[in-house]
Amino acid sequence: MGTSMSPTTSIDAAAVRRDFPVLSRTVHGKPLVYLDSAATSQKPEPVLAAMDAYYRETNANVHRGVYTMAAEATERFEAGRTAVARLVGAPREGTILTKNASEAINLVAWAWGVRELKAGDEILVTEMEHHSNIVPWQLVAELTDAVVRFAPVTPDGELDLEGLRGMVGPRTRMVALVHVSNVLGTINPVAEVAAIAHEAGALVLADAAQSVPHMPVDFGELGVDFLAFTGHKMLGPTGIGVLVGRPEILGSMRPFLGGGEMIRDVRKEGSSWNDLPWKFEAGTPPIAESVGLGAAVEYLEGVGMDAVRTHEREMARHLVDALSEVPDLTIYGPTDPDRRGAAVSFSLPGVHPHDLAQHLDQDGIAVRAGHHCAKPLMRVLGVPATARASAYLYNDAQDVEALLAAIGRARAYFS
Amino acid sequence: MGGLDDLYQELILDHYRNRRNAGQLDDPTVAVDHNNPLCGDEIHLELRIEGGRLAGVAHSGEGCSISQSSASMMSVALSDRTEDEALDLVEHFRRVMRGDEDADEERLGDAVALEGVAKYPVRVKCALLSWMAAKDAILTRRSEGG
Ligand SMILES: Cc1ncc(COP(=O)(O)O)c(C=O)c1O
Repeated sequence: MGTSMSPTTSIDAAAVRRDFPVLSRTVHGKPLVYLDSAATSQKPEPVLAAMDAYYRETNANVHRGVYTMAAEATERFEAGRTAVARLVGAPREGTILTKNASEAINLVAWAWGVRELKAGDEILVTEMEHHSNIVPWQLVAELTDAVVRFAPVTPDGELDLEGLRGMVGPRTRMVALVHVSNVLGTINPVAEVAAIAHEAGALVLADAAQSVPHMPVDFGELGVDFLAFTGHKMLGPTGIGVLVGRPEILGSMRPFLGGGEMIRDVRKEGSSWNDLPWKFEAGTPPIAESVGLGAAVEYLEGVGMDAVRTHEREMARHLVDALSEVPDLTIYGPTDPDRRGAAVSFSLPGVHPHDLAQHLDQDGIAVRAGHHCAKPLMRVLGVPATARASAYLYNDAQDVEALLAAIGRARAYFS
Repeated sequence: MGGLDDLYQELILDHYRNRRNAGQLDDPTVAVDHNNPLCGDEIHLELRIEGGRLAGVAHSGEGCSISQSSASMMSVALSDRTEDEALDLVEHFRRVMRGDEDADEERLGDAVALEGVAKYPVRVKCALLSWMAAKDAILTRRSEGG
């Protein structure tokens, strides 16, 4: 990434693209235009190479091994944790490797919620949550007779901060909210929400699945107690996610899953727990995945998270501008690129999102159609489904032009 | 768009734009609501059953061109059939969608145009939604003995 680039396009998307082998494929004879990174990102060569090298060179189970390869495997596995902790400014002992973001949230819901919540206690989420940050709380509320409440979303798709403030009270024990919405793109004022919640004595969890991959995120600055995100959306592999937690809280929590690795001692009459972070990592962890995630973090650091955010602000602007040109098309969420990420949901009267996505696929364009795992939000928006185009560091203005042209063709086809 | 035209035949687009039997009946014998949780497509289906025959079929709801045109075609294909004939035809259509049987044009009518959907596994559920609702409605009517 040279210094000669203009501040608005601080990423050379063409150069970045060459690092992602899959982006050079064709679909139905057309060059792939991948606009579904909010669902999962593509993987650059260094991530593929690191995982491949791990299996070829030093595959062994981690920890406890005396022999050289086991020590090397442990080192590479733990280096992934170190990298991801560094990326978000988190302490290593508070950085727990899970299966995905969903498991990270479930960990808090089960290890903290089941033991701490009492009848009538409140868990406050928002109307724009992914199911991953709703259902675990509902399950735990069922067991504890706690109540899950939903802070409102404004008609323009932003969090109603005053509405949320009014819902936080002495019964609130947990405020769990999405940092960046996977449907609306909205960037939520998490630090402000954390201050409100802490004042009331509640804990705060941020679902950072759509923020950590796309912008600088600092655990301390956000001021939350827990941060959950997922490897596959940040250039890493599937099968690995991250829960960052304040070590003093994690230290006082009981384990979530039991098994090997998470114990200090096991006796017939009971067991004691390993130190953080391993206390929350039962069984053989995702070793190659941690290696891959570490390589992904290094790749993102090489580009620079500020540059990634700058690029995506431009991509959000291109997408919003282009889609705004389409007559009658509705964009959900903020139109100001400073207030949103580059996942843009929209609907087009007369063309159902599934028909649109099918049509775009014929032109090699991958977008998502559906409820995006956010059914309560869909009901608030009053639509059964939307189409969503979402960009990442490898997308450019041409991708948006291709999308726009194909939307025009789809509309003509169905009218 | 050679590939896509297999999926979106002209007949399908025609039924999508101009739905047959859309709306509600004045005096339905049975009504059911079905939805496809994966994509949010919804159908409200009403049947008027007279002397064991489907004397009236009406559908309303929301969804993609495949689910909506399929509902329209289903309503035509099942109208005036006996309950047993209708159940047989639903089963035939289901097997066509699974690629287990060739479409019987005589019985399916315009719905034969949906045969190409079988090649798009994600969309098969869209095509089946209304037909499964019809089966459910008939079985519900029987269990209620109405
Ligand atoms: C905002 C948000 N939260 C949570 C998740 C869940 O991530 P995962 O499926 O990797 O657990 C997603 C991804 O779909 C998401 O977009």
